[in-house]
Amino acid sequence: MIDIIDTYWLYFLVGQYPDGPLGGLVLTILLGFAALMLALPLGIALGLARVSERRWLQWPVTALVYIVRGTPLLMVIFWAYFFLPSVTGHKTGQFATMLTALVIFNGMYIAEIVRAGIQGIPKGQMECARSLGLSYSKAMRYVVLPQAARNMLPSFVNQFVTTLKETSLGYIIGLAEVSFVANQINTLLLTRPVAVFSTLALAYFILCFGLSRVAYFLEVRRNRQAT
Amino acid sequence: MPHFDLAAVLTDEFRGWLLQGLLLSLELMATTWLLAVPLATFTALCRLSSLAPARWLGFVLVEGIRNIPLLVQLLFWYFAVPELLPESVRAWLYEHNAEFICAAGGLTLYTSAFMAEDIRSGIRAVPITQLEAARALGFSFLASMRRIVLPQAIRIIVPPLISQSLNLWKNTSVATVIGTAELMYQAQRVETASFRGVETFTLTTVAYLSVSLTITALAVWFQRRFPVRTA
Repeated sequence: MIDIIDTYWLYFLVGQYPDGPLGGLVLTILLGFAALMLALPLGIALGLARVSERRWLQWPVTALVYIVRGTPLLMVIFWAYFFLPSVTGHKTGQFATMLTALVIFNGMYIAEIVRAGIQGIPKGQMECARSLGLSYSKAMRYVVLPQAARNMLPSFVNQFVTTLKETSLGYIIGLAEVSFVANQINTLLLTRPVAVFSTLALAYFILCFGLSRVAYFLEVRRNRQAT
Repeated sequence: MPHFDLAAVLTDEFRGWLLQGLLLSLELMATTWLLAVPLATFTALCRLSSLAPARWLGFVLVEGIRNIPLLVQLLFWYFAVPELLPESVRAWLYEHNAEFICAAGGLTLYTSAFMAEDIRSGIRAVPITQLEAARALGFSFLASMRRIVLPQAIRIIVPPLISQSLNLWKNTSVATVIGTAELMYQAQRVETASFRGVETFTLTTVAYLSVSLTITALAVWFQRRFPVRTA
């Protein structure tokens, strides 16, 4: 195992960079992070629509959330793969395809986190803010959301872990993230699948387990502060 | 872009492929579910056990599996595990639909790790005094779990378990990477043969959605019919 890591560690980390496009573990992290950052505003907007009292806003968004959450991510990726070129008018790279699919898919999950976070704040907070003369949007922005954000933080970190794991599906559309690179190494070596895929699994594990511990400690701290 | 024409992918041949795929996906889900629930219960009991080695085993299983992507686990099961098996077992595996067995194996482990956490938190939601009272009355640990704690916990456990089943249904699509001929695999096959991507993926999406929404409806029904009762 050591000899493989010794030979291929750079390829595993950054793919063909700097002679070719960036890939490997760095691309995985970058893609996961970018997807989460872009999914956040989408998720917050959709989450707010989910708790809105305006039916024309609430119903279509609820339907959308249910539809996307009932569809496998792979299906969303294939849709992005097919539709993006016809929407944008030119050929879309694998990175953009994957990023779009991940943003849409995770946006729906974040919407549910945001909805649960807002609904977890006692109703009196909103009513009190409103009766003090704040508009709905101001009451949401200054009173409800800041309190809800604290409850949502651990879930966001967990969602980041999920997103990182989901980037591995880029393998299927040929995006050179770490799973794809590992598979290439496996093809080059032919006889060492156990060592190659164990290393890959270990890399994901270190990344995701570390992050999920962060989420766990955030949760513990939040529960301590709440009491 | 040619106009939307479902009939183009509903010819006998293509419809047959898609239906085969749907059936295999359902079969994969059913097999995995039946294997994952007992394994998850075992893991959850390990994590709640008073024996430290059992707790550690449960922790390692759950955290190890949950933090590695399903795709990587399936690749590992398909490419690496057969290398570790003795020659005769490997030959048997390749004769008996290795793609399905590896997919079911990988999905079972992955799903059971998530279910185990739901079962564990359901059991922990039952006040500890219930267990203590049962133990004080002379029930063994297993008997008090089975007769006192689990019947109360089941109402709390089932809804998250149903949503894990929904995740399982969606995750069966990942098995396409190791060539299991489930719905997503057949969809790609039809798409390649017919050049009708939009129509193929519309049908496939509808198929996935109908199963997903049925599972979601089941969860809603259960929560109405059997609301959580606190001890």
